[in-house]
Amino acid sequence: MTPQSVLFVLRHSPYGSDMAKSAIDAALAFAAFEQPLNLLFLGDGVLQLMPGQDGKVIGRKTIYKQLLSLPMYDVERIYVDRLAAQRHRIDLAAFPASVERVSEGEAHALMCDHRHVLGF
Amino acid sequence: MKYSILVMASPTAGQGSATAVSFARSLLARGHTLHNVFFQGDAVGNGLANAIFPQDERNLVGEWAALAEQHKIELILCISSALRRGVLDKVEAHRYERAASTLHPAFTIGGLGQLVDASANSDRLITFGH
Repeated sequence: MTPQSVLFVLRHSPYGSDMAKSAIDAALAFAAFEQPLNLLFLGDGVLQLMPGQDGKVIGRKTIYKQLLSLPMYDVERIYVDRLAAQRHRIDLAAFPASVERVSEGEAHALMCDHRHVLGF
Repeated sequence: MKYSILVMASPTAGQGSATAVSFARSLLARGHTLHNVFFQGDAVGNGLANAIFPQDERNLVGEWAALAEQHKIELILCISSALRRGVLDKVEAHRYERAASTLHPAFTIGGLGQLVDASANSDRLITFGH
C-alpha cells in the first residue's frame, strides 16, 4: 500500500440505493487519474460480492460484474469484513480477483493507514 | 489544514447534508481552508434553485450558497447524478432541449475528476453519507 492511497469503504447492499453504483463511478474516475485505491466491504456492503446476482431482472446494471472489472484498473487491494461475509454466506472463493478477509480490528487499522477514507 | 467535503446524502432525507454544511462552517470558523465540496447521488438536490423550504426549517440550498459567496468555495455537482435528477445548468438545459436551468447559481456541474482533485489536493476529505 502506498502512503498516498485512498480507501473506499462500501457499506451498502448493491441495489437498495445507488451508493454501490456511485462508488464504482468514483473508483473509475480515480483510475482514470492513476490515483491508487483500495476497497473495503463492510456490513451489508459484502452483498455486492454475492455471486450469481443479476441486476437486469430489475432493470439495473449488475454491480458484481462491474466490480469484476475494477482490478483491471488501479484498484490494488480488496478487503472484506470476514464476519459479515460469513453472516451473509458470501462465497468469496467465487470472486476471480484476490480478496483479503479482515477482522473488525484490521478494518479499523486500514482506515487509520490510508491518506483518505471515502464512505459509500 | 486544507479540507474537502464529499456529500452523498439527500438534503431532504436524514441529517447528512445539514451536518455537512455545519461542518464546513465550523472548519472555516477555526481558520482551516475548504478546497471544494463535491455532491454525488441524491446530494445533488442541495443545488436545486427552485427548492422551497418552510420558514421554520433549515434552507440548505441557501446555507451552501451563503457559504460559497462568503468564502469563495467551489460547490460542484456530479454531472451524471445531476442530469438524472433534473438539476441542469444553462448549458445542459440547452443541450437536452429543456425549458429552463434548475441549478442554483452558487453551484457548478462538473465531473468526478474534481473529486479526484479534491482527494489529491486536500489534507482531509470528509464524506457525509446516509
